[in-house]
Amino acid sequence: MQESAILKTEDLKFRYNRGEEPADAPWKFVLDGISIEIERGSFVAVLGHNGSGKSTLAKHFNAILLPESGKVYVEDIDTADESRLFDIRRAVGMVFQNPDNQLVATVIEEDVAFAPENMGIESKEIRQRVDDALKSVGMYEYREQSPAQLSGGQKQRVAIAGIIAMRPDCIVMDEPTSMLDPRGRREVLGTIETLRGRYGITVVLITHYMNEAAMADRLLVMNEGKIILDGKPLEVFQNIDLIKSIGLDVPQSVELIHKLNREGLNLRTDILSADDCADAIAEYFLKNRPASGCKGAAYMRVLK
Amino acid sequence: MLKDITIGQYYPGKSILHRLDPRMKMIMTFVFIVALFAASNKIGLAVGAFIVIIAYACAKIPLKFLMKSLKPIIPLVLITSVLNLFFLTEGNALFRFWIITVTTEGISFAVVMSVRIICLIAGTSLLTYTTTPIALTDAIEQLLAPLKKIKLPVHELAMMMTIAMRFIPTLIDETDKIMNAQKARGADLETGGPVKRVKALVPILIPLFVSAFRRADELAIAMECRCYQGGEGRTRMNHLKMKLIDLWAGLFILACLAGVVCINIFL
Repeated sequence: MQESAILKTEDLKFRYNRGEEPADAPWKFVLDGISIEIERGSFVAVLGHNGSGKSTLAKHFNAILLPESGKVYVEDIDTADESRLFDIRRAVGMVFQNPDNQLVATVIEEDVAFAPENMGIESKEIRQRVDDALKSVGMYEYREQSPAQLSGGQKQRVAIAGIIAMRPDCIVMDEPTSMLDPRGRREVLGTIETLRGRYGITVVLITHYMNEAAMADRLLVMNEGKIILDGKPLEVFQNIDLIKSIGLDVPQSVELIHKLNREGLNLRTDILSADDCADAIAEYFLKNRPASGCKGAAYMRVLK
Repeated sequence: MLKDITIGQYYPGKSILHRLDPRMKMIMTFVFIVALFAASNKIGLAVGAFIVIIAYACAKIPLKFLMKSLKPIIPLVLITSVLNLFFLTEGNALFRFWIITVTTEGISFAVVMSVRIICLIAGTSLLTYTTTPIALTDAIEQLLAPLKKIKLPVHELAMMMTIAMRFIPTLIDETDKIMNAQKARGADLETGGPVKRVKALVPILIPLFVSAFRRADELAIAMECRCYQGGEGRTRMNHLKMKLIDLWAGLFILACLAGVVCINIFL
């Protein structure tokens, strides 16, 4: 396991404003003993409401923040080791919420070239990486334009290209879609899928959207600095009551199936998408046609 | 309203002047300014004016564009020529009126001064018309590179310029939004005397500054995440390359300077 874990934390604890402990209130840990291992090539979503510590956790993954106690390892490098900072940053790329505040240059291709330039790569190789990165996010035709002319979703794709050009092993996205309109969100999510297919890159997606979280292979749910659920999205979403109790929702399809089952409909529970949900319900009614009278009433009750 | 502001009046084109190396263009502009001030007589200045006209024709920049940059200096030109006209009283008097004496010397000096100022502005604007801001920044960084030896933070200056240019449209958008937000809360920005209007700007500037600082903070983190660690060990994707044409252009402008100096000495 040691070999395959790209990111690893051991009993990670963290508080902001170290040394300025508030006198009146108890000084709470933002991250309170987190131990996780993220495997190479996986797609992990971290879900939590505001203030659950999910962004703080993300900032530990490439040494923007250092743990107060415990350890964080990136490819077996301790993030507290300042001499390896460059290697850590190169291995783990970060995409932030606001696309506007991540772009440096006035021309898109110059911006994408920013990271490789900083890494001291030869100019021919930079050119190749920039073209490749822009193509993989579908922004190649815009390479000579200014970021000011782009939509939010396009800007965020350029920001992702800027990270891809670094050729990191892992990309951590801190709510990359929260400032975008639905269309921009679809563009960015589509880009994430493409990148996983193309580079086999490890993705850590911090989000509070259920539908985004459902795309992942593995889902971590955070609350008050702790990881309270960890598993495949399907398994995690079965804990509907726990998820609801911390102020989050589950995807509507999961909730519907759950409610129907509570009414005694006995549908299969391995369902995430709306289409699958509809299929499952249709399947059920086809199978149980004679008895559908009373069960149909149960179904209607739930819908109401 | 704020969208109309354009910074760096680049006029896109594919002419020779657009394609010249920005470093060479900056050097040429500098040599041109020296030549303009070195030219002490009309023939020398005529050479200067001739260069400007040829250059504009080469770059295919419309007259309207040029006029826009000359407009603000018209009062300056008028004042200098009027002052020269009336206060240079040596030489052949053309006519006298009250305390005013207009001499041929005065007239010729006024014309020389006006032509010089106009050529100066037209010539230097040509640099920004034909060079993109990013190329200019690169050129400045490279031309000033020797000053790194005396600890001048050349790379940092160039980076600051790039970021400033990158954020001008963003901050203009933001200002627009804040203005609308304040108007929606009943702020009155358009009426009242100058003092009242300046005071009305305060509730716009404060949120603007707060957000600019927040942006700066986020940008700094994003830059660090992309391995930024100053100019040390940094490479570039696009290298500026001096070509043969740049050499010829440089020789041309030097020949012009030499010509102006010769005219000064021999005519």
